[in-house]
Amino acid sequence: MDRELKREVILDNYNNPYHKGLKGEAGYKKANTNNESCIDNIDIELKIEDGKVVDANFDGEACAISTSATSIFLRKIIGKSVSDVKDLIENYEHLIDEQEYDEEKLGELMVYDTIYMQPNRKHCALLPVDTIKKILKEVESGD
Amino acid sequence: MYREDFPILNNNIIYFDNGATTLKPKCVVEAMNDYYYNYGANIHRGDYKISLKASEEYEKVRDKVKDFINAKSSKEIVFTSGATDSLNKIVFGFMKDYLNEGDEVLLTKSEHASNVLPWLELAKIKNIKISYIPLNDNHELTLEALTNTINEKTKVISIASITNVVGDVRDIHEISKIAHKHNIILVVDGAQSVPHMKTDVIKDDIDFLVFSGHKMLGPTGVGVLYAKEEYLEKMKPIEYGGGMNQYFEVTGEVEYKSIPTRFEAGTPPIAEVIGLGAAIDYLQSIGMDKIYEYEKELKKYLVSKLESNTKVILYNKNSDSGILAFNLEGIFSQDTAIYLDHYNICVRAGNHCAKILKDEINIKNTCRISLYFYNTKEEIDKLVEALEKSDDLFKVIL
Repeated sequence: MDRELKREVILDNYNNPYHKGLKGEAGYKKANTNNESCIDNIDIELKIEDGKVVDANFDGEACAISTSATSIFLRKIIGKSVSDVKDLIENYEHLIDEQEYDEEKLGELMVYDTIYMQPNRKHCALLPVDTIKKILKEVESGD
Repeated sequence: MYREDFPILNNNIIYFDNGATTLKPKCVVEAMNDYYYNYGANIHRGDYKISLKASEEYEKVRDKVKDFINAKSSKEIVFTSGATDSLNKIVFGFMKDYLNEGDEVLLTKSEHASNVLPWLELAKIKNIKISYIPLNDNHELTLEALTNTINEKTKVISIASITNVVGDVRDIHEISKIAHKHNIILVVDGAQSVPHMKTDVIKDDIDFLVFSGHKMLGPTGVGVLYAKEEYLEKMKPIEYGGGMNQYFEVTGEVEYKSIPTRFEAGTPPIAEVIGLGAAIDYLQSIGMDKIYEYEKELKKYLVSKLESNTKVILYNKNSDSGILAFNLEGIFSQDTAIYLDHYNICVRAGNHCAKILKDEINIKNTCRISLYFYNTKEEIDKLVEALEKSDDLFKVIL
C-alpha cells in the first residue's frame, strides 16, 4: 500500500469512524484505556454471544492513529469468534512490533505497517487491542 | 538571550516546554561534575576534608535559596525532591495535625495534580472539606471570588502563584492579606512562578512555598519547601531514618535533629542541591525582573502573531506569563504536537496534569507553549510559520 492510500484509509476512519457511540445496553462488556504515556482516552464495548463478537462500539477522544485503528479494528472483529479475535490481536501486535505476521489476516490494518518507524506512536496504534484484551480477560474470568 | 550557555540548543531544537522542565546551562552541569569529580563525599561526616567541603557547599545553597526568595532564615529552607514532595510533606506532615473535622481547604480547578491529590487523600482520612474557588470567564482567580468563598470553616488556601496551563499570575500579596485577616494559612505552589519572576516570601507574607529545581535551570530530583519557622517547628517528618535523628535507643526513645535537617532523612541529592545553587547564581546574574519582563514581551509577540491565524484557538491569551494554551481547529492536540515535532518544535499536548481544568474550560486537551528567557522571536516566527502551513498536517504526520 502506498503512503497516500494508507493516509486516506486512516483519515477516513478518523474523520468518520465506524461504530462510534456506545450503546451501553445489557449484554455489553465495557473497558476503558486511558493511555498512560499520552492523552488518548477510549471506551470500547463488546457484545459476545456464544463465543462470537456480535457487536462492538467505541467512544472517546483520541488522536488520528488511535481513533482510526479502533474504527478499523472493531469493523474487523464483528462476526468473528473470540479465538479468531485473539489471533488477529496477536498478528496485529506483531505488525506493530516488527515481528512476523500474516498479512492476509490483517487486511486493512496493514495501513499501520510503518508505525514502528515512529516509536512514540506505537501505543496509539495499540490502544484498541489493549482495551479489547481487557474485555476478553474479564469475559474469560467469568465476571 | 544567553543561548550560548545552553549546549542543547546547538541541536537545532526549538524548546517551548519550559513549564514541564527547563534546559540546563553549562554552569549547572559543571557544578555537579565538580562535586562528583573533586569532592564527591557524603555530607554531615566532618572527619575529613572532602566531606567538610561537600557539607559546606550543600549548606551554602540553603543560604542562596534563602536570599533568592528573601526568607528570614536558612532554617526555613528544606531541600526536597521537588514541588510534589514538598506539598506532600506539608499536607501529611503539618496539615494532617493542624486541620480538624469540618475544616475547609480552598483550591482552584486550575491547580496542578500535585496541589490537588495530596489534599484529596487527606480528606479521605480526615473529615475535612476541599472546595474550589470559582474562576472568572478567563479561568482566572479574582480577589472578589476568593473573599466570597471564604467562610468560618476555611483554614487553608493552597494555590499556585502562576498556574501551569492558564498561566494566570495571582496577586499573592493581596491574597495573603485576605487569608491572614481570616487566620487562614496560605500555601503557595511556586513551581511556575519562582523560575520566572522575583519571589519575596516576607513582602508577600507567604506561610508555605514550594518549588522544583528542574523548572528553573537546575537538575531534576531537587526542590524546596519553605515554611515560616513557627510552622516548620510544628511540622512532623513523614520520612524517618539516617541524617535526621540526634540519637535513639532500642526502647524507642528518640530525638530528632532541629529544623530543617529533621525533614531531610537519608542521603540527600547533594549534587543536585549544588546544581540548584549554580542555577540560582545564574538566574540572579541575569535578574529575575528582566526575565519576567522579557517573557511577557515574548508572550505578547506570540499571541499577536497567532491571533491572525484563524485556525488557531487560544485559551489564555491575556494571562501575564509565558504560558499559552492552544489548539488547531478540529485537530486533536497530540496530533498537533507531533506535527510540530517534525519541525523540531517541542510543545506539550495533553491536560498538563491539571485534570480538573476540563470542568472549567470544557476542553480536555490542549497544546501548551511555555516560554523561558532563552526563547526568541525568531523561534516564535518558526512556530507561527509551521502552524500557518498546517493544512498538510496529516501529510506530515501520517
